[in-house]
Amino acid sequence: MENMQYDTIVIGGGPAGLAAARSAWENGLRSILIIERDRYLGGILNQCIHNGFGLHHFKEELTGPEYADRFISLVKETGIEVMTDTMVLDVTPEHDVYVSNSKGFEILHAKSVILAMGCRERTRDSVGIAGTRPAGVYTAGSAQLYMNILGYSVGKRVVVRGTGDIGLIMARRMKLEGAEVLACIGASDHPDGLARNVNQCLEDYDIPLLLRHTITEIRGKDRVEQVVAMQVDEHRNVIPGTEKVFDCDTLLLSIGLIPENELSKKAGIPLDDRTSGAVVYENNETMVPGVFACGNVLHVHDLVDFVTEESIRAGKSAAEYVLGGGKQGGEPLKIANGDNVKYTVPMMAHLDKLEKNLEIFFRVKKMFGENSRIVVTQGDRQVASFKRPYMASSKMEKIRIPVKLLADVSPEGGPLVVSAVEEGGGANA
Amino acid sequence: MREVICIVCPKGCHLRIEETANGDYNVSGASCERGIEYGINEVTNPVRVLTSTVKVEGGSLVRCPVRTDGSIPKSKIFECMEEINNVTAKAPVTVGDVLIEDIAGTGIALIATRSVS
Repeated sequence: MENMQYDTIVIGGGPAGLAAARSAWENGLRSILIIERDRYLGGILNQCIHNGFGLHHFKEELTGPEYADRFISLVKETGIEVMTDTMVLDVTPEHDVYVSNSKGFEILHAKSVILAMGCRERTRDSVGIAGTRPAGVYTAGSAQLYMNILGYSVGKRVVVRGTGDIGLIMARRMKLEGAEVLACIGASDHPDGLARNVNQCLEDYDIPLLLRHTITEIRGKDRVEQVVAMQVDEHRNVIPGTEKVFDCDTLLLSIGLIPENELSKKAGIPLDDRTSGAVVYENNETMVPGVFACGNVLHVHDLVDFVTEESIRAGKSAAEYVLGGGKQGGEPLKIANGDNVKYTVPMMAHLDKLEKNLEIFFRVKKMFGENSRIVVTQGDRQVASFKRPYMASSKMEKIRIPVKLLADVSPEGGPLVVSAVEEGGGANA
Repeated sequence: MREVICIVCPKGCHLRIEETANGDYNVSGASCERGIEYGINEVTNPVRVLTSTVKVEGGSLVRCPVRTDGSIPKSKIFECMEEINNVTAKAPVTVGDVLIEDIAGTGIALIATRSVS
């Protein structure tokens, strides 16, 4: 390869990387490289064969592979370079990218880097399930890969631990392929996945939902033979004497996702404890200049459409950074999570760099009823308020604060606080 | 009256479907036309888009993902699965290729959702 200096290198060829690369191209960059460790572009979308993607971005309902295909085509019609089957070993704060593939080891350099590595699943070890270590214990995503891409039958009698979206979707998928799904088991008092998935994956197929329970033991020598479920109290401690034994050959785990930030750490990028992703400004730039982050590596999304939107912004910001010679904004405004809000992305905003809106993604901590609102305050003053019925922690929320409303806001006034309140109570009601 | 969570989009609207005196249905809580249609269908003739995979011969992948090119009656899902399991696609396959013209007598086609070279 002659040209080893790029305007931007995008790490990851899933929905985030594809949208970011295309956006960087549309915003004027011409030397762009996407690095993907799999054989194909498209990332996790390729195994998400179910429908429900694209309603926001394409205004039509697509499956995961179709959504990926649209973006792969958008990338292929440009001059964006793609390296598949390639592992990124290291990224430096100076934008050196160390890669390894069948041709060997190489150090590439870029004027900017876009981190789009996605996330990975939590495993049995993350929740410490006791028992033997037989075959038949899978994360829901691994089972999805085996079934949907590789064409294996994963199991015949299945218990799903965790009520995340992938678990719900795999419960349905296994039922469709002839397996018996004995239960979907979750420790909290509500499912972690979207309400629509509880409806169309569990209720449609009469799959029992067992809440306030956990799996305490896996039994079996070579293959899973039984799992033991027990009820938990509000502190998630198991209640003695509540054992339920399931005769099954498969246990699927859908117990959460972790942004995959090993490379970000190596690049010295500060991470946020709440999201496990990078701390970013309003333009998706991390605290290391010229390095941007988007998609599930930044915070775990439940809709690919929002990943796309965020990644388009990251690609545009990388282009502005490269073409503008790395100009930085002024003193940033801090953004904080207030009552009932777990985190915000971004965590900081340069007010002078905003165009029309300040867009903030966040998740709430509990279920809200019909009359709920999101309030944005600085000090004692309410900056904005949004009516938002039925918020739930399973659903990422997004607000757009028009720049007009931020006219009197300045970094000196303290953090901008995002809170969720039930109407008739709470702050500034 | 029936309450259901709309599955048309990820917003998950809380729908309330009531039968009126003249046999029509009144849907409240939906934020779009498609939600109203979903609500009425849900109490009269519930329908779903079905997705699965089919076997591929001679391709770079062994399975090709598929979907019904429109909604099919919920009651026909397992009948459709049987037909899907009997299909073998020959590579190359292109997104949108019709693999079954009329699945389980629903009048709906089964199409490929990924290209396989």
